[in-house]
Amino acid sequence: MSRVRADEEEYWHSSKFRAFTFDDEDDELSQLKESKRAVNSLRDIVDDDDDDLERVSWSGEPVGSISWSIKETASGSTSSLDGRDSSLQKGSSSYAALPKQASSYSLSSLFKGRNKLSSFQSLSDALTDTGVKNYAPELRRPKAEYKDYSSDWSPKDTVRRMQRGKVCSLERFRSLQDKLVLLDEAVAGHDGNVITAVLIFLKRTLRREILFRELEVRQVALCHLIHFLRETGEQKFLLDLLRFLDRTEEVALSQYREHLNIQDVEKRREFLKGCIGLPFSAEDASHIQDHYTLLERQIIIEANDRHLEMAGQSELFRKYPRKASILNMPLVTTLFYSCFYHYTEAEGMFSSPTNLKKTFKIPDKQFVLTALAARAKLRAWGDVDALLTTKNWLGYTKKKAPIGFHRVVEILQRNSAPVQVLQEYVRLVDDVETRLNLATKYKCHDVVIETYRDLKDRIQLTAYKGKVERGSAEEEKINSILSN
Amino acid sequence: MAAHLSSGRVKPSLLFPQAIVWDEYLTGPFGLIAQYSLLKEHEVEKMFTLKPGRLPPADVKNIIFFVRPKLELMDIITDNVLREDRGRSPQRDFHILFVPRRSLLCEQWLKEQGVLGSFIHREQYSLDLIPFDGDLLSMESESAFKECYLESDQTSLYHAAKGLMTLQALYGTIPQIFGKGDCARHVANMMIRMKREFPGSQNSIFPVFDTLLLLDRNVDLLTPLATQLTYEGLIDEIYGIQNTYVKLPPEKFAPKKQGESGKDLPTEPKKLQLNSAEELYAEIRDKNFNAVGSVLSKKAKIISAAFEERHHAKTVGEIKQFVSQLPHMQAARSSLANHTSIAELIKDITTSEDFFDNLTVEQEFMSGIDTDKVNNYIEDCIAQKHPLIKILRLVCLQSVCNSGLKQKVLDHYKREILQTYGYEHILTLNNLEKAGLLKPQTGGRNNYPTIRKTLRLWMDDVNEQNPNDISYVYSGYAPLSVRLAQLLARPGWRSIEEVLKMLPGPHFEERQQLPTGLQKKRQHGENRVTLVFFLGGVTYAEIAALRFLSQMEDGGTEYIIATTKLINGTTWIKSLMEKLEPAPF
Repeated sequence: MSRVRADEEEYWHSSKFRAFTFDDEDDELSQLKESKRAVNSLRDIVDDDDDDLERVSWSGEPVGSISWSIKETASGSTSSLDGRDSSLQKGSSSYAALPKQASSYSLSSLFKGRNKLSSFQSLSDALTDTGVKNYAPELRRPKAEYKDYSSDWSPKDTVRRMQRGKVCSLERFRSLQDKLVLLDEAVAGHDGNVITAVLIFLKRTLRREILFRELEVRQVALCHLIHFLRETGEQKFLLDLLRFLDRTEEVALSQYREHLNIQDVEKRREFLKGCIGLPFSAEDASHIQDHYTLLERQIIIEANDRHLEMAGQSELFRKYPRKASILNMPLVTTLFYSCFYHYTEAEGMFSSPTNLKKTFKIPDKQFVLTALAARAKLRAWGDVDALLTTKNWLGYTKKKAPIGFHRVVEILQRNSAPVQVLQEYVRLVDDVETRLNLATKYKCHDVVIETYRDLKDRIQLTAYKGKVERGSAEEEKINSILSN
Repeated sequence: MAAHLSSGRVKPSLLFPQAIVWDEYLTGPFGLIAQYSLLKEHEVEKMFTLKPGRLPPADVKNIIFFVRPKLELMDIITDNVLREDRGRSPQRDFHILFVPRRSLLCEQWLKEQGVLGSFIHREQYSLDLIPFDGDLLSMESESAFKECYLESDQTSLYHAAKGLMTLQALYGTIPQIFGKGDCARHVANMMIRMKREFPGSQNSIFPVFDTLLLLDRNVDLLTPLATQLTYEGLIDEIYGIQNTYVKLPPEKFAPKKQGESGKDLPTEPKKLQLNSAEELYAEIRDKNFNAVGSVLSKKAKIISAAFEERHHAKTVGEIKQFVSQLPHMQAARSSLANHTSIAELIKDITTSEDFFDNLTVEQEFMSGIDTDKVNNYIEDCIAQKHPLIKILRLVCLQSVCNSGLKQKVLDHYKREILQTYGYEHILTLNNLEKAGLLKPQTGGRNNYPTIRKTLRLWMDDVNEQNPNDISYVYSGYAPLSVRLAQLLARPGWRSIEEVLKMLPGPHFEERQQLPTGLQKKRQHGENRVTLVFFLGGVTYAEIAALRFLSQMEDGGTEYIIATTKLINGTTWIKSLMEKLEPAPF
């Protein structure tokens, strides 16, 4: 939006790039309208009761779908189900009747080909289909399975059995050598389920140092163990492992993550304080420091303001009661809050906007944007003016907006600023076309008239006369310009 | 299909009345392959959603939990089991059915909670690939990308390989395997290994597929980040399609009957199923949204004309014929009404200023403009606190289109994001960095322009109405992944060796021997069939682009698509975000 509209327009027309425009907009819309109209007119002809046609209840669940029937049976109305059985059958048979695809090899046609009885391979068919084993390789019994009762499987066979979901005792792998062969076999199978199972076994039966040392040269297994420790919340074990591996940044982040589980703010603050010294990257370290400082501030501000609000002395808090506590809010939200409730405070106060700006090195742009939104919300137009006014060393004042005046206008307009306030800033928009657009949109007549006057555009000015009230001061103004 | 369903061997052994407790996530995918009536035939009396607390009363002998192997679900099951009234008679037996795999980790967990012994049967239900449409299969494994690229957990690849083995068992050995990326290499290795370990699996089925193409998502990180501009893609971007269903705001679907306006306005979202079984949807789903309006209006005219016919029906025979066509016409009309409403909803959004601005920036990045400096629009969006995911999509897109951002630019974005959305998002930014989506430029070299030019990823003269190139699905940008598939078919990857080397991971070719009797003798003009498997997710726009290639008259190749998960930029980024507690307001 900061890009000037006119430039953009020109850009799109002159450059080779195409945006997703609707050049044929009217045409498009009318086409939609047309089909809508056609559809509507048809309602008169056709009986409108198309519910049974779609076989879909209002919520859209096809009758008989699983989620639909969970609701049904959970409500205990089994009897009503029987009544609908016939429609269920109808539903399920037509449900799968996909039409021919563009590709003649569509899977649906392949499914149909396989099953001559019906168009769809249903669950019941599958269950009674004993010949299926011939099709699926994983159902074929490998040789290993014939010696089911032998306890003498090789590591390879053990892993294979586990891959098929069979429970195996791993206890007989006693030596370190055996255990590592088992682990390597599991890794070679790529099945995370099995790898994790073996790791659980190794974790239980090996000393930490040995486990860590062996995992260091087995990256895949190592990743699985880290993932496992994270899932099960074995934070201490995880940190030990990461430290052993010298993955210090990961240690730091992993420890920092823990703060999310701490609900009590005091404890969370303490915890974050402890995170400051951790070996983050330089960039991250400063963010973590800021996170701690912010929460520390918020705790102080919160205690103060809660007290103020309860006491009922402050008019501001009475008039605009707080919607929620400021604890754990992002920095920009905190700045907004402080601009709203603590705007006039001296820089020495923790809750003052200028103090926040300094402490967190908030860029000018961000600061003005936030302060503007907060003051506009309070309709404190004087503050808005002051915020955008700069004085040079000779004492001359000048209006300046690091975010551009068109943005200022937008923000003020959103907070329903009166036209007098609005037009002062519309007038300051540099680009003529943007200024005219904004002025016309928000009915800042004076600005429109003056701009056309400066452009010496009699035609537009005359045309604009129709948009102002008859006999108003604006009309008079236009007349006097035109007659000059 | 048969193979997927047949491994649920737990069922026949339980002949007593039973109740199923569902992990809610599974009801969607299961709904695509089985109806309740079918389960009922198998003595399923009741079905519940899995939640903590005491299980609802039901006079059944068996309670079966259908769950994904996730620890948080095990905790809920534990709670259910511990609260079961032991004094009730008859006592209920518990069973657990893991989908898609039995997990030793979960069982260990149940054991530690002291409830493992309560389960009489513990089985698995190998639902590897679920059919979503005539040419589309998905594993619906939501965390596959995260597991593969963030956690180096290749379990989902193992399932993908197993799914492919099942597919080969049904449709014949695929003679040629191509791939690009580390995960693709892994899957191919596993397939070869599995084949070796089951020598008996050499089947005698005439092969349906000529080629398998395995593609890593991280070979093309760009495509999912861009806003999809096909009809189906936009529905997914705006409302989210889940297991072929979409929930829409109800206002536009209110039944308007004369005399009862304003009454009973529905407040629940309207839920619709979207697949090619619906004739009209099959026709428009893959079109650029700008081309949808004209089709809808043409359809409206045809249907109107068809209904007008009734005035010309004079004889009893003619009237009878007209009446016999009514059901079909009614279906067509209701389908047209629905899609006109959806198109209106989408149009409200695509014509908004913000949608336009967002798209402008995306297209600038993709065509290589100003990717190396801080972008004004992104800054503005942050200042106005647009949803974080939107910001992340754009910043990642810029990073990918610049082969990484300049350190100063990256630091600037990071600071703005953390200050505006909260410092805890440092964890998410870290994940994105690990996944390669957001990174500092190393070596000061930007490869993207070369890749863009060689693969012709940006097309200036895109035709949205009557497309002649796949770039129509993003109104100018041709998805890199699909371009790779297209170039593989013709003229072959040898022509783009240099660019392939710039993309991450190895590219390779494997051949699987077929017995001489099964080798295809191609008839003149007969199309080749390629199965494209996207490891880590695929978008609807990419699917549309592949369908477009299938339909090209002189294309010579038809595509079937498989994936670990159907994604869009939003769901994808979300899967990589650190789970944070919801903000209090």
